Amino acid sequence: MTSMIPMAAIRYRRGELHEFQAAGHDFIYLVAAGAVFALDDAAMAVLRQLGEREMSHAELVDALVEQGHTRGDAEELIGELRYVQGIVSDAVRPATPVGPTSPPDDFPLQALVLNITNQCNLACTYCYEFGADKIATPEGKPKYMTLETAAASVDFLLAESAGRQAVHITFFGGETLMNFKLLRQVVEYATTQAKSQGRGIGFSLTTNATLLTDEIIDFLAENEIGVTVSMDGPPDLQDLRRVDKRGRGTYRIIEPKLRKLIARHNTRAITARVTLTDGVTDVVRIYRHLKDDLGFDEIGFAPVTSNGDQSYAIADGAMDGVLAQFNALADEWLEYALRGQRHGFSNVSETIGELIQGANKSHPCGAGIGLLGVGPSGDLSPCHRFTDADTHTLGHISTGVDKAKKDDFLARGHVSAKYECQTCWARPLCAGGCHHEAFVRYGDTGHANLHYCDWIRQWTDTCLRIYGAVSAGNPQFLERFAERKALS
Amino acid sequence: MKHLRPINKKAERIDQAASMTEEDVVALQQGPDKPKPHVPMGCTLSFSPGWEVDAGGGTAGLCQPVERDIYDCYVTCFWPVQVADHVNYSPDWAANCAIATKDWRKLDLVFP
Repeated sequence: MTSMIPMAAIRYRRGELHEFQAAGHDFIYLVAAGAVFALDDAAMAVLRQLGEREMSHAELVDALVEQGHTRGDAEELIGELRYVQGIVSDAVRPATPVGPTSPPDDFPLQALVLNITNQCNLACTYCYEFGADKIATPEGKPKYMTLETAAASVDFLLAESAGRQAVHITFFGGETLMNFKLLRQVVEYATTQAKSQGRGIGFSLTTNATLLTDEIIDFLAENEIGVTVSMDGPPDLQDLRRVDKRGRGTYRIIEPKLRKLIARHNTRAITARVTLTDGVTDVVRIYRHLKDDLGFDEIGFAPVTSNGDQSYAIADGAMDGVLAQFNALADEWLEYALRGQRHGFSNVSETIGELIQGANKSHPCGAGIGLLGVGPSGDLSPCHRFTDADTHTLGHISTGVDKAKKDDFLARGHVSAKYECQTCWARPLCAGGCHHEAFVRYGDTGHANLHYCDWIRQWTDTCLRIYGAVSAGNPQFLERFAERKALS
Repeated sequence: MKHLRPINKKAERIDQAASMTEEDVVALQQGPDKPKPHVPMGCTLSFSPGWEVDAGGGTAGLCQPVERDIYDCYVTCFWPVQVADHVNYSPDWAANCAIATKDWRKLDLVFP
């Protein structure tokens, strides 16, 4: 037992933390908790000393006294650092790594992604649903979801979300608007059902925008349906890979429709989701076009998913360029935040939202926890990316969730099951990265996305520094931001 | 905390938990703010439940007359000791005790 070691002889080392500076201040990000603290010089000095070597309690106190602190203040400082586990000692409290626990078995559903059709009118060359790395096996299955399946899905969502005041349905495809008729019916049915229970329900959809009509835009606006448009930027970049089945670019088709959508639909944010591929990495130019020229509210970027060998995959070196451009936009986000204005670069906004809460994820996302996907056939999947993939079915809408399969999926995806994540300070937010990306790349949804580790750490560091700078320069902005996030 | 300032919600929760351990909790503490013992009117300070004896083990040093303590028990006592519940069970328990300092001997045992 260690309880008999005298206090003075207890030896301290640094806890698991990531140090960063912003606006002239020192901060630490505590990995076991996801907490962010600003430190004064004395506290920082202790961490620096312990960064060089372990020290005993007596040595630390003496060193602090030598620096001009009273003995009492030195004890207090050490006590504070010990309490937050910025410094740890096996003698005081066994410094066993603390991991986030799994969500409870009866965690209520929050959202369903309804894949209302697996058909698409485009042939984007990098598509994860139809492209070279596809895992979907739609052969012999329905191409369009029926109203019966959709209504059963709505009932399932309301039944499995006990205790939640509001739930959400996202419509997805294929090209979602190829089954707009069903979308409209589902919105009406789900709204009525939710209202009869005195609960709220929200909707959103993802679309390539080619099939938008005035009638559809009016419907989306009137029903406050959030719209995410998959598009890659100005004409030269959009038309490189977002093409129709004859290989023709789609920019000229969607541009007038987008302008109408953005002008008419003001009840929800209209966002663009950009897929970065080889040759489509000009992040700042894409952002400027989508935000300033077309008028999207928010723009989010993600690199294409591939097994690493596809021609459209981004070369590793090019991701450095992407990071540099992300950082440039992040600096702009910070300038806006310090002025109290919202910036549309959602890759920063999403991360800041998680940092405000101090998220410490057991899993990289809500797939299989608060979120499930439903395919046109009624098959349940962890999320829309696994729609129609026989390898990842988690049950059927008529019979409910297959608990054994879900448990297996979540056990694999738990951050504590990912060896490489155990020594990474960015794991509270990353938790190993996308399950689907991991499966395509490594053949296992539970594999950490090692090809992004360095990138994610650098990007998380950027967001932490922005967070620190805003907390120092305009803390009210973060409070308002947190309120807005809580509502969205 | 003095040297660490929480700047996100998770850190604030840690800070709150820390401040609860920093400040001592005292016996009979009322509320989270200023930890000071709640001393019911009429009870001795030196021993709680304190109407039996003083710090020396006798009754001479009680800050209030011992009979005052006994009488006070069922009116304002903080301590969950069994006393005659004069409202529900023994409404006449104190009927013969008009002035506690004089009549305290008239308070009798209650046999439920």
